[in-house]
Amino acid sequence: MNTINNSRRNFIKTAGALAIGSTLPISLVELAFAESSQNFTFAYISDAHIQHIKDNRFVRNWDRGLIRAVAETNLLVPKPDFVMFGGDLAQLGSKPELDHGAQILSALHGDVHHVMGEHDYYLDLGEYWEKLFGPQYYSFDHKGVHFVVLNSIKTYDDWTFKRWPTAEQRMLEMAGLDNPNSSPFMVGDEQRLWLKDDLDKIDKDTPVVVFSHSPLQKIYKGWNFWTEDADQVQALLEPFKKVSVIYGHVHQIQYNQIGNISFNSVMATSWPWPYPQAYAQAEQYLPKLTVPMNRADPFFERDATGWQFINVANGNADLNFTLYNNTSRIVRYNDKQKHPEDAVYQDEKARIVPQTHY
Amino acid sequence: MSTYQKIAMTLCLAFAATGSALADEFTEADVQRWQQQFMSVVGEGRELWTSPKLGTNGVACAQCHPNAANTHPETYPKFQKQLGRVIPLWEMINWCLKNPLEGQPLAADDPKMIALQAYVTYERRGVKLEPGKH
Repeated sequence: MNTINNSRRNFIKTAGALAIGSTLPISLVELAFAESSQNFTFAYISDAHIQHIKDNRFVRNWDRGLIRAVAETNLLVPKPDFVMFGGDLAQLGSKPELDHGAQILSALHGDVHHVMGEHDYYLDLGEYWEKLFGPQYYSFDHKGVHFVVLNSIKTYDDWTFKRWPTAEQRMLEMAGLDNPNSSPFMVGDEQRLWLKDDLDKIDKDTPVVVFSHSPLQKIYKGWNFWTEDADQVQALLEPFKKVSVIYGHVHQIQYNQIGNISFNSVMATSWPWPYPQAYAQAEQYLPKLTVPMNRADPFFERDATGWQFINVANGNADLNFTLYNNTSRIVRYNDKQKHPEDAVYQDEKARIVPQTHY
Repeated sequence: MSTYQKIAMTLCLAFAATGSALADEFTEADVQRWQQQFMSVVGEGRELWTSPKLGTNGVACAQCHPNAANTHPETYPKFQKQLGRVIPLWEMINWCLKNPLEGQPLAADDPKMIALQAYVTYERRGVKLEPGKH
């Protein structure tokens, strides 16, 4: 178990170095409600893609990203009320990967809630993940906000149960982002019925925050920046005054507003993905509102990755991105414009060259 | 007739005798055949691009570059600020093989390197050449 011991040692080293450092890369934003006693923050870590090589060896690069997010999250003052992990803890859903990821996450102080990602799911359909982290979809209430967690990365039963000779092959086929043999993500009938039932009991003035792995909006089908039944899920959320959907999977900053629903993506701790417009053969619909993250510099292996903490100011989600090797970003809900916007770069004239993707 | 002319004449006769094609004359079938040759190398490149075996840690090129996006073959050769000089695409591919993939670099004329470049460039077809662009 050399790797795990090393990880522990390095983790302590990283945390120590950060604690001593005079400039912490962290500033704090609180959840602002009318009642200040109700203010709170939570942290969001996602897409670690812990990748098993062999025996006790894991891809060092991805390990480092997650270890750093955990160390920095623990430095937040005041402490976040809880931590979300947004899915894709593993690369190929194996026990060694999920165990190794869980071991790194176990250093987090406080409660952690998990979202299922396709890289966690398609080997054993979430069986081992459930043993470690609990049910695949659920809801909870915290200080006046109703939180819902969906497993949005399911797909057609034919694809899941009939198409592939082995579970390993099924996992590999879904793991390739650009694999044409893959299949579109969906929440599915069973969960949508559960969601309707869950939301029926909630007052329509209650702020609702939905966590999913894939975007509950349609951006680019070719890379599954997409959920097939997104429109039907949005319809269930439509009666509420304030709704935020927060998703992982895309490894980049995206945000949008559709009616009453604000959409925000979170960053990955593993590696960044290109914006779909960087694929010359693709037709895609990146929300016009989104000011992209900077183009990644591959020579800094942690560039264009990071984690975030979230402020649900008066029921709307504000995202504070901690970006390794890069300037932090804040995407905040604008109460007058009724949509999320970047605190610095939203105006066309305020944008910088590295935000141009081609 | 000079010696050179004699040799040239002999060569011409030799080619005529073996029925070799004339330069600059090719058919639609030839064009299709050449395209198929190219596409089969593109296919090999796609295999390598998505393969965990190119490096040593199981990481594949496609993990960060789905459909070879964000590789920008149309901008090479270009000044790579991190290396401090102008490089062709294959040197940047080797940088990736050595670093994120923790593997060995390939020779410039290695069929695998040619296949990788064929695939990357094919995915970028239709985009205008902008050598040097950052």
